[in-house]
Amino acid sequence: MADIKLKDIYKRFNDFTAVSNLNLEIRDKEFLVLLGPSGCGKTTTLRMISGLELPSEGQIILDGEDVTKKRASQRDIAFMFQLFALYPHLTAYQNIAFPLKTQGENKSFIDEEVKRIANLLQIEHVLKRKPKQLSGGDMQRVALGRCLIRKPKALLLDEPIGTLDAKFREEMWSELKKLHVDSGSTSVYVTHDQMEAMSMGDRIAVMDKAVLQQVGEPFEVYSNPRNLFVAKFIGSPGMNFLDMQVVSDGGSISLNFTGDGTRIFISESLQDGIKRRYKEGRKLVLGIRPEDLTLEPSDAVNSFHGRIYVVENMGNHKIVDIELAGGTTLRVRVPPKVKTEIGDNVAITFNMEMVRLFDSEDGESIVYQEHS
Amino acid sequence: MKKNRKSGSGKPPRLANSMKETNFVRICILPTIILLILINIVPLLSSLRYSFTEYTARKLTVPGENPLFIGNENYINLLTDPSVWERFTTTARYVILSVGGEMILGFSFALLLQTKFKGRGIIQTLLVLPMTMSPVIVGLMWKLFLDPNWGMFNYLLGLGRVDWAQDPNINLYAIVMADIWMWTPFVMLLSLAGLSAVPQSLYEAAEVDRASGWFKFTRITLPMVSPLLMIALIFRVMEAFKVFDLPMGITGTGAAAPPLISIKLYKDTFLTWKTGYGSALGYIVLLIVVAITSIFVKYLNKAKQED
Repeated sequence: MADIKLKDIYKRFNDFTAVSNLNLEIRDKEFLVLLGPSGCGKTTTLRMISGLELPSEGQIILDGEDVTKKRASQRDIAFMFQLFALYPHLTAYQNIAFPLKTQGENKSFIDEEVKRIANLLQIEHVLKRKPKQLSGGDMQRVALGRCLIRKPKALLLDEPIGTLDAKFREEMWSELKKLHVDSGSTSVYVTHDQMEAMSMGDRIAVMDKAVLQQVGEPFEVYSNPRNLFVAKFIGSPGMNFLDMQVVSDGGSISLNFTGDGTRIFISESLQDGIKRRYKEGRKLVLGIRPEDLTLEPSDAVNSFHGRIYVVENMGNHKIVDIELAGGTTLRVRVPPKVKTEIGDNVAITFNMEMVRLFDSEDGESIVYQEHS
Repeated sequence: MKKNRKSGSGKPPRLANSMKETNFVRICILPTIILLILINIVPLLSSLRYSFTEYTARKLTVPGENPLFIGNENYINLLTDPSVWERFTTTARYVILSVGGEMILGFSFALLLQTKFKGRGIIQTLLVLPMTMSPVIVGLMWKLFLDPNWGMFNYLLGLGRVDWAQDPNINLYAIVMADIWMWTPFVMLLSLAGLSAVPQSLYEAAEVDRASGWFKFTRITLPMVSPLLMIALIFRVMEAFKVFDLPMGITGTGAAAPPLISIKLYKDTFLTWKTGYGSALGYIVLLIVVAITSIFVKYLNKAKQED
C-alpha cells in the first residue's frame, strides 16, 4: 500500500492536450474518486498512474519511488478496466490466478490464494465458469479478484460498474467501499457519475477540459464548490443559478436580481469578498442548492416571488420548479407535506448562509478558501 | 416468416403472401441444386458403383461385362498393395511439411504485419498475390524457376545444376516449396483476422498483471487466435492431401514424379483407364480426408463450446 504523487503532469496526444498541469496527491489507504464528464482527462490520468500511458511531462511518485518512466508491469499496481477485460478463454479461477502465474508462483500457493479471494468476494460457485457464462456482477467480482489477489500498491478502477443496471450499482458502491476498507489498499476510482463519487470517495477530484478543478471531501466539494463548473456538475437536482448585479448603498453591498430587481442582503464576509474585487454594477452569479430554499407564505427579507409550474413527487420530498420574473427557474426541495399547487404564486426564502457567489466571467467562486 | 404468421389480424392474405415468397425462394435455389446434383452427387454415386466393379471408361458399356461386378476386390487389392501405402506415407509427409511450413510462416508474417510501419499496406498486398494465382500457372512458373539449365533458383542460391523437378530424391521438396510459397498468404490472412480480433485491453490487463512478452504470447495471443488457425489448418490439410495441379506443373506425371496418391489416382483413372480401380482409390482418399477434417471440426466445435 502506498501514496501516489502526481507532479506537474501533462499528457498530449499530437495537438490534443488530455491532461494539463496536474498536481495531485493521493494519500495512503485513501479512496480517491476522479470525477468529470467524458473526455475530461480522468481516464488518461488513471492510465498514467498505471503506466499504460506515459506522461508527456511531469513526475509520478509511487510509494516514494519515481516511476515516471516505468512500464505498467514494473509498477506493481492493479487496474480494473471499464469492461473488465477478463481473459475470455480462461475460467474465472484462471483469470484470478493470472497475476500470480505470471510471477511463476507454485500451484498450491496459487490455489490457496484464489480460494481466499473467492471466499472474500463470495464467488466460489462460479470459479469453473468462463467469463461469457458469468452475470455482470460476477464478472465484476472476478475482475476485482484478479486485482486483489496480489496485494498491489494501488488499486486503480476505471468506471468499473458503469455498465451494470442502476439498482445493482448502488449495491456495488457499498460492496466496493467495504472491500477497499478491508483490503487496506490505496484506491483511485474514475467515474462520470457524481452520485457514485459522492457515495464512495474519501475525497473527490473534479476534472474538466484536462484541468483539475477542485479536490476535497465530498461534502466540501458539494457545499463549497470552487467554481461554476464544479457547482453545476455536482448535486442532483443541480444548484440554482441567478444573475445578480452588485449594488453599493453607502458602506454596504447588496445584490439586485436582474430579472425583477429583487434585492438581496448578504453576509458581511460576502460583502468583503465583493468589495475587494468588484465595483458597483458588476454582474455576478448567485448559486444556491434546492434544499437551501424554503417556500414561505409571508413576505420575509431576502425572498423572491414566482409561480409554481412543475411539481415532482419523490416520496420523501418534493422538487418544485418555480418560474421567476425574467424566465429564470428555481428548483426547490420541500418536505412532502408542504402544499404545492401548479400555478400558485409563492414566496421563496433563501438560507443566506448557503448562498455562493461566482464571477460571471471566469466562473471562480468569490469566497472559496482552500481548507486543505 | 414465423413472425408474419403470428402477428396481425389478416391471416389469410399474409399466409398466401409468405407461401408465394417461399415458392419464389425455392425457384431461385433450384438451378443451383440441379447443377450440384448433376456435377457432384451423380458422379459421387456412380463412382461408388464403379469402385465395386472392373470397369474401363475407354470401352463401350456392356451390361454384365463392362462394368463387371467384382465386390470389394478393388479395395482389397489397393489396401494390400505396399506401393499404395508408400504413396500414402509420401503424401502424409508432403502434407506435414507444406502445411507445417505454411502455418509457421503465415502466422509469423501476420505477427510481423501487426506492428505499424511505413508501406505495410503494399507489403501485405504483395504477400497475398501468390494465392490469387491459378495453381497450374504457379506450378509451371516454379518449373521454370527451378530449371537446372537456366532457372533463377539455383543461380541465386549458387547451387549449380540441381535438377529440382526431375530428381526423385528432392522433387517432393520442390513441390513443398511451391505449395508453401503459394499458400502461406492464406494462413497469414486468417491469422491477421484472428490477431486483430484480440481486444487491446486484454494485453493491457496482462501488462498490469506483470506478464512478460512471451507469457502474453502463449497465454493470450495463441489461445485467442487458435480457432482461426484451426480453420486455416483444416483447409490447408484438405487441399494439400489431394494436391495435383502443382506437381503436374512442376514435375509432370511421368516416371520421375513423386509418389503422391493424387498422381497415382490420375494415372490409374485417366492414363491406364482402370476406372473401377481408380474410383475405389478415390473413395479411400475421400474417406481419409473426411476423417481428418471431422477430427479437426470436432476439436474446433469443442473450442467454441468452451468459450
